[in-house]
Amino acid sequence: MDFNFVWFLLLAVLLIGYAVLDGFDLGVGIVYLAVKGDTERRLALNSIGPLWDGNEVWLVTFGGALFAAFPEAYATIFSGFYLPFMFLLFALIFRAVSIEFRSKRPGRLWRGAWDTGFSLASIVATLLFGVAVGNSVRGIPLDENGRFAGTFFELLNPYSLCVGLMAVALFAMHGTIYLYLKTEGDLQKRVHRWMWRAFGAFLIMYILTTIWTLTEVPRATANFRDYPWAWIIVVLNVLAIANIPRAIHKGKPGYAFVSSACTIAAFVFLLCIALYPNLATSNPSPENSLNIYNAASSDKTLGIMALIALIGVPFVLTYTGIIYWTFRGKVQLGEHSY
Amino acid sequence: MDVVLLSRLQFALTIMFHYLFPPLTIGLGLLIVIFEYLHLRTKDPVWRAATVYWVKLFAVSFAVGVASGIVMEFQFGTNWANYSRFVGDVFGSALAAEGIFAFFLESGFLAVLVFGRDKVSKGFYFFSACMVFLGSVFSSVWIIIANSWQQTPAGSHIVQMMTPVLDADKNPVLDAAGKVVTEPWFIDGEPVMRAEIVDFWGLVFNPSTINRLTHTWTGCLVMGGFFVLSICAYYILKGRHLDVAKRCFKVALVASLVGSLLAAVTGDSNARMVAKYQPAKLAAFEGHFETGEGPTAIHVFGIPAFRGEHIYLPIEIPGGLSALVYREIPPKTPVIGLDAFRPEDRPPVFIPFVAFHLMVGLGCLFILLSLVGVFFWWRGTIFEKRWLLWTFVFMILGAFAANELGWITAEVGRQPWVVHPEIVRDEAGNPVYDDEGYIRYATIDKPAPGGGTRGTMIAGLRTADGVSQSVVAGQVLGSIIMFGLIYTLLFFVWIFVLNTKIQHGPEVVTAEEHDTSVGNLLDAASSRVDHHDTMTGGKDPDEPSPKP
Repeated sequence: MDFNFVWFLLLAVLLIGYAVLDGFDLGVGIVYLAVKGDTERRLALNSIGPLWDGNEVWLVTFGGALFAAFPEAYATIFSGFYLPFMFLLFALIFRAVSIEFRSKRPGRLWRGAWDTGFSLASIVATLLFGVAVGNSVRGIPLDENGRFAGTFFELLNPYSLCVGLMAVALFAMHGTIYLYLKTEGDLQKRVHRWMWRAFGAFLIMYILTTIWTLTEVPRATANFRDYPWAWIIVVLNVLAIANIPRAIHKGKPGYAFVSSACTIAAFVFLLCIALYPNLATSNPSPENSLNIYNAASSDKTLGIMALIALIGVPFVLTYTGIIYWTFRGKVQLGEHSY
Repeated sequence: MDVVLLSRLQFALTIMFHYLFPPLTIGLGLLIVIFEYLHLRTKDPVWRAATVYWVKLFAVSFAVGVASGIVMEFQFGTNWANYSRFVGDVFGSALAAEGIFAFFLESGFLAVLVFGRDKVSKGFYFFSACMVFLGSVFSSVWIIIANSWQQTPAGSHIVQMMTPVLDADKNPVLDAAGKVVTEPWFIDGEPVMRAEIVDFWGLVFNPSTINRLTHTWTGCLVMGGFFVLSICAYYILKGRHLDVAKRCFKVALVASLVGSLLAAVTGDSNARMVAKYQPAKLAAFEGHFETGEGPTAIHVFGIPAFRGEHIYLPIEIPGGLSALVYREIPPKTPVIGLDAFRPEDRPPVFIPFVAFHLMVGLGCLFILLSLVGVFFWWRGTIFEKRWLLWTFVFMILGAFAANELGWITAEVGRQPWVVHPEIVRDEAGNPVYDDEGYIRYATIDKPAPGGGTRGTMIAGLRTADGVSQSVVAGQVLGSIIMFGLIYTLLFFVWIFVLNTKIQHGPEVVTAEEHDTSVGNLLDAASSRVDHHDTMTGGKDPDEPSPKP
C-alpha cells in the first residue's frame, strides 16, 4: 500500500464525514419549507443550530486535502466545474446568512423570504453535490493535458441530474430522521410522515439511479470484477437501506439514523470503488484520466501529510465527539433561539 | 477584459473581504483569553460579563470569516488551476497541517465557547477559549508559511513531473515489487514542471516566515485592541456599561500599545528582509526608480504617477532608505532601484507605494494614540478626555485599513510573480547581474524528451501563467458580480448583527443571580439538555428575534 492509496482512502474518509454530518443539516434545510408555523420552523432551525458550521469544516478539509495530495485533480475538477462550484459557494454562503439573519427581525415577509432562501440554498447545494458525483462516475471530457474540455451544459446531463435528485432525496431522508430524533409532540408526528415520504422518494431515485448506472455507465462497475470483495459494500448498503423502514416502523429512530448514515457512507465508498484508481475519469478518451498516480503530489509530501494526519486525526475525532455529546438531546426553544 | 485581470480582481475582492475577519478574531481571541483568565483568577462577575459579551461579537465575526474562507480555498482551483498544479506539492503539507490542526480545533471549541458556558466547568471553558485562540494562531502560522514560501521559496526545487507508464490497454505498468513504473512527463514535447518539497523544515522556516508571521500577529493584536477600545470608548462616552467598558478599555490599551510598538519593530525587520530577498518589491514600496550612486533617500510623502516613473509632491529624507536598510550612519550605499530589473519583471509602483505609506502612517498614528492614552491613564484623566475617546471610537477603521493595506503591499509588491524566483548571488551574497546590467533570477534547465535539456525557464511562476485555461472571461465576470452582491449582503448582515449586540451591551450578573441561574439551568439540564443559542444569538432578552 503506497501513500497515494492511503490518501485516496483518507479523502474518502473526509468525504464520508462531510456527507454524513452536513447531510443531515442540509436535509433539514431541504424539508424545511414543509414545516409550517414560526415556532416549528425555529425548532427545525435550532436543531442544527450549533452543529452546521462545524460540519462544513469537513468540506473545507476535504478540499484542502485534495489540493494537497492530488493538485492536478484539484485544479482540473475545480476549474472544470467552474460555474457549478460558483453556484455551490453561493448556495453555501446564502444558506449561512439565512440561518443567521432570519430570526433577527419579526415580520412574515422578512422571515418567509429568508426561510425560502435557506431551503432553496440547501436544495441547490445538495443537488450540485449530486451532479458533481454523477459527473465523476460518468466521466468528464479531458484533453491530453488532463484539462477539462467540455462546457457547463454538458455537466448538466440527465444521468448526473438523476444522481443529483437522488442526493436530494437521500439527504431529505437523513435530515427528517435527524429532525425526528430532535423534536417531540405534534411536530414529531408530522416529521414521522415526512420520514416515510422521504424514504419513498429516496427508494425510487435509488432504484432508478442503480439501473441507469448498471446499464449506461459500464465503467462504474468494472472494478467489481477485479475486487470481488467490493460486493460486500453493495450488500451492506442494501441492508442499511432495508433497515431504515424497519427501524422507523419499530419506533427506533436512532437505529434508522445510524442506518441512513451507513447508507450515505456506503454510497461514498461505492463512488470511490467506481472511480479507483481515477480521481477524474475522462470520458471519452479514458487514457487522459487523472488517477492517484499521475495527479499526485510527490511521495515525500504525501508522507509528511500522512504523518500530520496521523498526529491530528485522533484529536479531531475527540473534539467532534465532545461537541456532539455536549449538544445531545431534544431541541427546545428558549427565548434566545434563532 | 481578459481572464487574468478578472481573476485577479475576483481574488482581490474575495481575499480583502475575508481578511477583515481573521485579524479581528485572532486579536479578539487573545483578549478573550485574558478576560476569562482574569475572571478565573478574581471570580469577579464584571470580568465574566466581559467574556460573555466579547464572545458574542467574536462569534459573529468568526461565522462570516468561515463563510468567506471557504471561497478562498475553492478559488485556488477554480480560477488559478495552473498555479495550483505548480504549488500543490509544496502547499500540500502546510494546508494539510492547517486543516487538521487549526480548523477543527477552532470550530470545535468555538461551539463550547458560544453555546457551552453553563454546560461545562469554568476550567474547561477557559481551556476552550485558549484552544479557539490557539486554533486561529495555528491557522495563521500555516497559511503564512505557505504565502512566505511564495515570496522567498526555500526547502523546495522545481522539477519535471513523473507520469505512470501505460501498457497497451492504457493501464499503469507495475514493477516486480508492485510499484507503479513512472517516466518523465512531457506534453507535446514540453516538460510538465512543478515545485516539489525537498526539506519540510526548510519550507517552514523559509527566509521570510518569521518576519512576516510576527508582523501579521502584531497587526492582529492592534486589530483586537482597537476593536475593544472603539466599543468601550463608545460606551464610556455614552455613560453605559461603565464597569465592563473601563476595565476592558485598559487591557485593550495595553494590547494596542504593545501591538503597535512591536509592529514598528517587526515592520523594520520585514523591510530589511524584503530589501535582501525581493529588492524590486522594496523599490516599488519606495518609488525608487534609479539605483544611482551614493545613499538613497526615503519618501516620507509622495504621490506616484499611474504610468511612468515619477513621484509627485515628494518629501524626502536624504539617505533615509540606505540608513534603514543597511543600518549605516552616515548612509553611503545605494539601495537597488527598479532599473536593476528587466521591465517585464518590475512590479507596479502606484498601489504598493500608496498602500505601504498609508500603512506606515497609520502604524505611527497607532503608536502615538496608544502613548497618549497611556499618558492620560497614568494621569488618571483618560475617561474625561472626550476628544481622545472619540478618536478611539473611529480608529477601528484605521486598524482594519492598516491590516488590509499591509497585505496589499505584500501581494501587489510581489508582482509580476505569484511564486517569486530567487535572485542569483555570488559567493559574497551580492546579486549577480547579467550582460545587460539586470539582476539575474535563478533559472532551471528544461528537460527535453529523450534526455538532455532544451532551453531554460525562470525558477518561479508569473501570476499571468497561473490562471485556469478552461475558464472563460464571461464566467469570471459572472462570479465577480455574484460575489459582489453576496458579500455586500454579508457585510451588512455583519454590521447589523454587530450593532444589535453593541446597542444591547454586556450584562453584569452578580454572584447570587448567577448561582440561581446556574441552578435553574442545571435543573433544566437534568431533565433535558437543550441547546437554543445561535452562533450569533446570545442571551439577549430584548433581542427582537425570539418572540414570534
